[in-house]
Amino acid sequence: MSAVQSTPETREGWDGTETVSPSARARKRLSSPGASTAAIIIAVLWTLPTFGLFLSSFRPEEEIKNNGWWNWFTDPQLTLENYREVLFGSRTELSTYVINSVAITVPSVVIPVSLALLAAYAFAWMKFPFRDTLFVAVFALQIVPIQIALVPLLQIFVDVGLNGTFWPLWIAHSTFALPLAVYLLHNFMRDIPVELIEAARVDGAGHVKIFGTIMLPLIMPAIAAFCVFQFLWVWNDLLVALTFAGSTSDVAPLTARIAELVGTRGTEWHLLSAGAFVAMIIPVLVFLTLQRFFVRGLLAGSVKG
Amino acid sequence: MDTAEKLIQMVLAIALFAGAMGLILMLVGRVRRRADIVQAFAFIVPAILLLAIGLIYPALRTAYQSFFDRTTEAFVGLANYQAMFERDDLLIVLRNTLFWVLVAPVTATVIGLIYAVLVDRTRFEAFAKALIFMPMAISLVGASVIWKFVYAHRPDQQGIEQIGVLNQILVWLGFEPQQFMLNAPLNTFLLIAILIWVQAGFAMTVLSAAIKAIPQDIVEAGRLDGLYGVKMFRYVTVPSIRPALIVVLTTISIATLKVFDIVRTMTGGQFETSIVANEFYTQSLVRGNYGLGAALAMVLFVMVIPIVIYNVRQMRKADIR
Repeated sequence: MSAVQSTPETREGWDGTETVSPSARARKRLSSPGASTAAIIIAVLWTLPTFGLFLSSFRPEEEIKNNGWWNWFTDPQLTLENYREVLFGSRTELSTYVINSVAITVPSVVIPVSLALLAAYAFAWMKFPFRDTLFVAVFALQIVPIQIALVPLLQIFVDVGLNGTFWPLWIAHSTFALPLAVYLLHNFMRDIPVELIEAARVDGAGHVKIFGTIMLPLIMPAIAAFCVFQFLWVWNDLLVALTFAGSTSDVAPLTARIAELVGTRGTEWHLLSAGAFVAMIIPVLVFLTLQRFFVRGLLAGSVKG
Repeated sequence: MDTAEKLIQMVLAIALFAGAMGLILMLVGRVRRRADIVQAFAFIVPAILLLAIGLIYPALRTAYQSFFDRTTEAFVGLANYQAMFERDDLLIVLRNTLFWVLVAPVTATVIGLIYAVLVDRTRFEAFAKALIFMPMAISLVGASVIWKFVYAHRPDQQGIEQIGVLNQILVWLGFEPQQFMLNAPLNTFLLIAILIWVQAGFAMTVLSAAIKAIPQDIVEAGRLDGLYGVKMFRYVTVPSIRPALIVVLTTISIATLKVFDIVRTMTGGQFETSIVANEFYTQSLVRGNYGLGAALAMVLFVMVIPIVIYNVRQMRKADIR
């Protein structure tokens, strides 16, 4: 959990703390009792709901359905049965949907990043007519709500016979990610010192060589930031999934399936609780290990939502 | 499809794009130098093409279809837009959307800001922040399941215990348990609470970074003028992080307008909880009313624009200063 601590390194110059001596820093606590109470109340409100469901996911079905999770403390019973049933039981079979989510997410991260890298490099370091106009146009596309594109795009996929495969999901996620990806990567590429590029030019390197040997290694952190961002976005998405894959089809992801379970089995809390945590475990792990990059991406400014 | 097939497809798709990228780079590498235009063209065309087909064309098509009837065959002029301000169910949708965008961004930002200030430079800052930040990593569907459990209701009868913590608290306090999700307009605010729960972490992260960036001499000067506690917060902290506050508020506002997952998962838009983003889905993809769906998508787009313009203006002002 200490990964948050690394936040201040993500941008140079905005950490004003270095002027404070370590001892002064150590002395500063949550000084007033009012402040501590407020902080604790917020912290509890933000953790208790998750904790309650998490604890419930390990309680026997009978217990979950008949009394609240707080009763666990007087009658502690734990089981993994809910997870076994939700993953492999014939009613839910979430394990299939875990595979679907993986199969949807990985290309939906790799494709837009590759395309955006090329475009961002051209916008940052190549000269061509209408470059700035085109860049502003791509940037402006960030504000377009994806809802506006969904139905005609679905029609296109039906017309060309791609419906029912992973392709609509890959293409839709890639397209919707491009404006932010191009913008973000362009900004990082622009920050690379001109001297580096010029020196390489003098040595006879062309754009392809500069792109591969100078640019890519230097902006790896930015690429990682965007990948984490896009991974969480795609894995957690519901709208694109429901539009192009439905909730029970061969290619539907976990989120769509769980949203459907909430509708059809809204009182089967032993399935819902375990199912929710099956869907959460991977993004939370990715998030915790790569939080540094995620925060960097967040601070680099994005309006995607 | 079985698991192996799915994974093979996935690997093939990635290989296909890696190959296409490699091909572009190889071909461009052969072009004689100083032919920037040709090279740039090869670099940007894949992205531009995808945006044109996958975003720009469909968006224009939606704009066009919003003037047609439910099957997009007969031209109906502005009837779809008119319906939004005349039909009672659609007026409720607009009202709810207004509730969302007025309540969620401000509350999430205020909570994020207060929390960021409270835990700033304390011993357990990292841990405290992680607690609030965690909801950002999980899906809105997951968040909805978590909160549906909090709001869960069971009939108020002998021998039946509440399983939702909120209703249990009511019972402990001596009240009757409530069917929270059926109870309009309270249900809308309980759904908004879920989004606040998710977005406060984002607000906290950005604002915390801004607070740490306040120059130490400004803080010292405030101290010399006798500013402490709430006054320091009011006269030094808040004005210093104004640009960050605006970014956070506008970003969450835009996200709020587009949020669909929470309403869809919690109520499906029933019990007077629907909002524009959800109604778009219901009309277009459940009821097959394409004309009205398209008009709703356009309204969503139009609502985002003033927020973006405000944001850009404020950023420009900040730059000039």
